[in-house]
Amino acid sequence: MSVADYEPVIGLEVHCQLETASKMFSACPVGLLAPPNTLVDAYTLGLPGTLPVPNARAVHHGIALALACGCQLHERSRFARKHYFYPDLPKGYQITQAHEPYATGGSLEVPGFRDAEGRPKRVPLVRIHFEEDAGKNVHVPGEDHSLIDYGRAGAPLLEIVSEPTIGSPEEAAAYLRELRTLVRTLGISQANMEEGTLRCDANVSVRRRGSTALGVRCEIKNLNSFRFLAQAIAAEIRRQIDLLEQGQVIESVTLSYDVERDRTRVMRSKEDAADYRYLPEPDLPPLWISSEWIDRVRSELPPLPAARRAGYLAQGISEDDAVLLASEPALGDYLDRTLAAGAPAKKASNWLTVELLGKLNADGIGIERSPVTPEALAELIAMVEADEVSGRAAKAIFASLYGELRESEGSTPPLTPRTIAERDGHRQVSDAGVLEAAVREVLAGHPEQVQQFRAGKTKVRGFFVGQVMKKTRGQANPQVLGELLDRLLGEDD
Amino acid sequence: MTPNRIIELSARAIARHVREGSLRATEVLEAFEARADATEPVLHAYLLRARDEARTAAEAIDGARAAGHPLGALAGVPIGLKDLFVIEGMHTRAGSRILEGWIPPYQGTHAARLLGAGAVITGKLAMDEFAMGSSNENTPYEPVRNPWDPRYVPGGSSGGSAAAVAAGSCAAALGSDTGGSIRQPASLCGVVGLKPSYGRVSRHGMIAFASSLDQAGPIARDVRDAAALLQVLAGPDPLDATCVDAPVPDYLASCDRGAAGLRVGVHREALASEGLDPEVAKAFEHALAVLQDAGATLVDVELPHAEHAIATYYVLCTAEAASNLARYDGLRYGARIARASLRETYEATREAGFSAEVKRRILLGTFVLRKDSYAAYYGQAQKVRRLIARDYARAFEGCDLIASPVSPVPGFAVGERSHDPLTMYLSDVFTIGANLAGLAAISIPAGLSAATSGRPALPIGVQLMAPALQEPTLLAAAAAHEDATDHHRLRPPDPPRSATASEPDPGAGGAS
Repeated sequence: MSVADYEPVIGLEVHCQLETASKMFSACPVGLLAPPNTLVDAYTLGLPGTLPVPNARAVHHGIALALACGCQLHERSRFARKHYFYPDLPKGYQITQAHEPYATGGSLEVPGFRDAEGRPKRVPLVRIHFEEDAGKNVHVPGEDHSLIDYGRAGAPLLEIVSEPTIGSPEEAAAYLRELRTLVRTLGISQANMEEGTLRCDANVSVRRRGSTALGVRCEIKNLNSFRFLAQAIAAEIRRQIDLLEQGQVIESVTLSYDVERDRTRVMRSKEDAADYRYLPEPDLPPLWISSEWIDRVRSELPPLPAARRAGYLAQGISEDDAVLLASEPALGDYLDRTLAAGAPAKKASNWLTVELLGKLNADGIGIERSPVTPEALAELIAMVEADEVSGRAAKAIFASLYGELRESEGSTPPLTPRTIAERDGHRQVSDAGVLEAAVREVLAGHPEQVQQFRAGKTKVRGFFVGQVMKKTRGQANPQVLGELLDRLLGEDD
Repeated sequence: MTPNRIIELSARAIARHVREGSLRATEVLEAFEARADATEPVLHAYLLRARDEARTAAEAIDGARAAGHPLGALAGVPIGLKDLFVIEGMHTRAGSRILEGWIPPYQGTHAARLLGAGAVITGKLAMDEFAMGSSNENTPYEPVRNPWDPRYVPGGSSGGSAAAVAAGSCAAALGSDTGGSIRQPASLCGVVGLKPSYGRVSRHGMIAFASSLDQAGPIARDVRDAAALLQVLAGPDPLDATCVDAPVPDYLASCDRGAAGLRVGVHREALASEGLDPEVAKAFEHALAVLQDAGATLVDVELPHAEHAIATYYVLCTAEAASNLARYDGLRYGARIARASLRETYEATREAGFSAEVKRRILLGTFVLRKDSYAAYYGQAQKVRRLIARDYARAFEGCDLIASPVSPVPGFAVGERSHDPLTMYLSDVFTIGANLAGLAAISIPAGLSAATSGRPALPIGVQLMAPALQEPTLLAAAAAHEDATDHHRLRPPDPPRSATASEPDPGAGGAS
């Protein structure tokens, strides 16, 4: 058999740190860049006599994600203790939701991927649940001890578990990107892989193509960039296929990804797997999520990426652009404001993705700090649509507008596409009466070329266009000009 | 007022005198300290006497009064706290070597509320390690002795609290009750012990043994003192999610309601057990007669699953204990036995830091939570717990209170049962139902056993239980019983007898 005879089956477990002022179970502040062990309180350190109190804001965020994914929200869910001894775990257990998560089911659309029926791919979710983060052990090279930072301990997390229905490393990366887009759109997490506010483990198995049974799955831990996620899964697929091809069985193991050698490495086998001795958390009553609470969160939901994409596609925006523009809330918001200001969708998306993002990316500026407002962009597009300026002039106007606004950082009197068009003489002359005079002048001044044209040398037409443009300093509406030329050259003397 | 008169006063009377200026808080403190100086060498009720902090607090009360500031309900009342209550800045160990040296950097809710009411905290009272025990013998420190006869245990786990209140080395105390740990020592020491309904008093700042069963409560000289302390302690706490968000009634007022018309349920089947000491049975029947005289009526109740209560309790409490005690790894606070590797450090620290009974319960609890034993043990116990709670709910459809003995025996001698954990566990038979079902319960003095050649006269307590949050009914009946009797006025010998005077005959101690 060959590699092509196998298909991978991938499921992801994603941890997402929620954007809240305080930790999951105490009033202790949360932060990313604080000095070690400064963001701690008695509960965070697991001091005797302290008790957890759930963070309502974190629950609010969890409801938002569950709604966005179409999950079933459970009115009653429970917390549980997951036990293991490790220095970064101050209580000797982590509070999580084991058997009764607050949300089950639902799905996430993976943009750019299709299912077997050719519909947009949706990856079903098993569950989403709350938990608290652990601290961090810091191993100092060459030292005989390790340091522990409890600053992250107790930070609020959502764990999002997908069904094993992801079909390729690329699809896994796209799923994770979409999840990142979604939580950022909801404003519930910074979801930054480098900073650890988005973390991912992957369960990978392979099976004979056409088989419906699942193979033995192996878990790759700590895949903390999109690139490594795809690479690690690809490497693990290769490892498993190699084993099967050699007639060996796959053992359920936990692996890490060795970036240098581009291969997965076994960390521990199933026999070493810990028994977490789950215990329903006696310090916390069941978590009740009322339908009123759910309705309130639903009424506050922003436009969601999948809906945005569908809307953009329906308005004629290309799929690539639609995915790009829905990938970041600020981008989608920008486009939506441009459209609200009257710009046609396809034009707006072209201007945004090509001209504006081109400049912003070159300058390293985020869309939310764009010098050109959506309303200004819409005005410029409207001017092109109304033949007030030519496409080329519009690009010049855009360049001036962007450059000058960026230099002045908004301190100059209002600059708009129209004021620049006036100032720099970019206004297009579409008045046939005005243009006719200019055309007649050019034709009168070049009888030789008129002769040549009439003798069948139609190439000369371009010469007349150039001459009229020169005369009108480029402001002649090319279409009106063309029609005039055709008419006047067709006339007899 | 003489020091001996002062220590005879109720907590309420002390606070009244201090508020009115007829006694100074410092004067009160000195009287109780003098008493503690006399009794402690024999009783060992205190693990830590906070003389400096107590003096500062008493002086602050006197200063506040001199300045004309209003004083709280417990102004100047010397109160001792079981060692598992966190007091900011005060050595707190839950009676365990593993917390040796730990000074809490935060204030527990109980200390905060008591201090806020003007109480003077006299120190940390001894206990069975992590509240696991019924005799105070599960301790790496000096075991507490019963003030009525130091050859006898004071009960446990709040033995230090009960002994100190009985001996008069504090006016009232705080204990914790997971399976009877307030009520049983109160019974054995002849004082009042109140276990409030689960969630009535915060657990924030109370070092956990078994979180779903633990409840803090007062140990006091009389029912009204217990009510006065509960008044200060009860009520919602934003730092405890299991604390019940219900208004706090006027508990002192409910003490004057009387027992007329109350239906008192009796589970006769439980009384038929062969382990019940005749002296206890006699005191119990007498208490029932007192309640009837006060206007209560008796009804029989059925508790069909009661026989499974002890097994259920020991599965649940050991599981929760194993979990709650996981944090004591020697890395962040308390004792640490450093070894070459992390694992060895954990093992050495926990091996040396926990005593045998605590280790036994951690092992049991770890076992019942294992993936392959969870369903048969923990899962099953949870189901039975629900059945037991339902039994009580049904029983309370036909009565307002359920009465029973507290301990099957009046008391037992030091060393008599310490090598027989099973017998020790069985002695919780009357008390653990209230914990499993989250009920309110109280132990009130019901007289002394008759002295025999093998056993001195020892106090006997009677238990009343009420549905959750029905403390007012509980206190009404308890106070009615107290108003009709003098049992709560009985005092242990003063000065205390020496513990080594003569060894009791352990065989004559009664029960099983």
